[in-house]
Amino acid sequence: MIRKIAVLGGITKSGVRETLRMVEIYPGEIVAVVGPTGSGKSQLISDIEYWADGDTPSRRQIQINDQVPAEFAVETSLRRLVAEISQNMNFVIDMSVRDFLLLHAESRHIENALEVAKAVVDCANQLTGEPLMMDDSLTALSGGQSRALMVADVALLSNAPIVLVDEIENAGINRLSALRLLAGRGKVVLVVTHDPLLALLADKRIVMQNGGMAKLLTASPSEKVLAGRLQKIDTVLCELRERIRLGGELTPEAIKEVTWTDAQRVSA
Amino acid sequence: MRLVIVAGPPATGKTSVMLHTLRHILTDKIRVAVCKIDCLETSDHSAYRRLGLPIMVGLSDYICPDHFYVSNLEEIFAWGEKQQAEILVVETAGLCHRCAPGIKGCLSICVVDNLSGIDTPKKVGPVLTTADVVVVTKGDIVSQAEREVFRRRIEMVNPATHVLEINGLTGQGALRLKKVVLASPSIEGVEGRELRYPMPSAVCSYCNGETVIGSRYQMGNVKKIVCREVSND
Repeated sequence: MIRKIAVLGGITKSGVRETLRMVEIYPGEIVAVVGPTGSGKSQLISDIEYWADGDTPSRRQIQINDQVPAEFAVETSLRRLVAEISQNMNFVIDMSVRDFLLLHAESRHIENALEVAKAVVDCANQLTGEPLMMDDSLTALSGGQSRALMVADVALLSNAPIVLVDEIENAGINRLSALRLLAGRGKVVLVVTHDPLLALLADKRIVMQNGGMAKLLTASPSEKVLAGRLQKIDTVLCELRERIRLGGELTPEAIKEVTWTDAQRVSA
Repeated sequence: MRLVIVAGPPATGKTSVMLHTLRHILTDKIRVAVCKIDCLETSDHSAYRRLGLPIMVGLSDYICPDHFYVSNLEEIFAWGEKQQAEILVVETAGLCHRCAPGIKGCLSICVVDNLSGIDTPKKVGPVLTTADVVVVTKGDIVSQAEREVFRRRIEMVNPATHVLEINGLTGQGALRLKKVVLASPSIEGVEGRELRYPMPSAVCSYCNGETVIGSRYQMGNVKKIVCREVSND
């Protein structure tokens, strides 16, 4: 049982000690990782995925329940504790969706592999536009389909207690439903994001700067209120996007209708 | 002296992986020498030299680089001892992967990358199936699921191996390879030692299935190496 994950501070890109010496994350928490491009967000995610023990460029150390990972579990079990959605938009592995999912299930020692594989494909198809099939080749999937499959695979097949997400907003899929699916219940979740809504929905956020963890913020009550408002604006935008996607036209009436339904929803 | 053999398909990052690993090893003030075996030309030695290491190069020219390597192991080993090296790294550029350079009792490392295709672990053959450590590079450009599937494929063809993921650009993972290198056995010499896998297909004794190392076991078309440290570029 994971009770706590701690990230022990290492060094910045300039080689000096990073400001935050320790960040603790508990199951059930969503932590956003924010910062300019190149500030080291992906490295932080990668440190956790790798169970860094002072042996990555950041020199950070990750601990589970106040223990170093090697004391907590053997290497193979440690690997299965983490599921990661990286920034990659496409698969490079040349296999069918079915073979890939079955082999992935085997690597994670999952018993009812075919059932899980089917569930993953169904779930991916709820996130993406045009459906993908079991016999499709992974490399032929679109960017959006690939991301949907990666998300469903992490959520249902890997189903790990620690979930790392490196930018979900550019995937062409509904980022809120994807995040809800990934976060599940009682998991440790870290989300690298540039999206204000995702950042505010998180319980805490780590601010990265020059490769180091510079600041740890807790979402304030006023930020939580703002998050609610942003979510409504987001719903409007998503609805407009869907209309355009499905070949609709945005007449002034349609825009009014969308904003009106939203306003109604707000008052309700 | 520890003899460490590094092999694997071209452009997988053998040199980058070893540079990062050796950089960690050098911080312990351990003396390391490197021999690079290639076919026609190589520029990897300048990268090793930047670490301040003695490096020699063997170009196999018209001979298969693996066969050239094994016909010259005694000479290469002697050169390493002359450098007073505690670790001698031999990086080879085998071509067809019909052969494997691994030696019984010496650490054998195979480097492959995540981009090389899901069937690579099967295709690479004995160089991977006989390796003690399989290093997988370029993990940062594929998904975690793909890394896991690729690792699974490696473990299927070589269940006993230790798979290590190393990022050739940042060096992440190299410290773990350092530990494996330092834990590998030290040997007195290579004469009489055996290859892990025979090298058949017909011009020298190794083509004929010979596996024992040493001049007196060599017949046929054997090209001898010139052992000297590379002078300044």
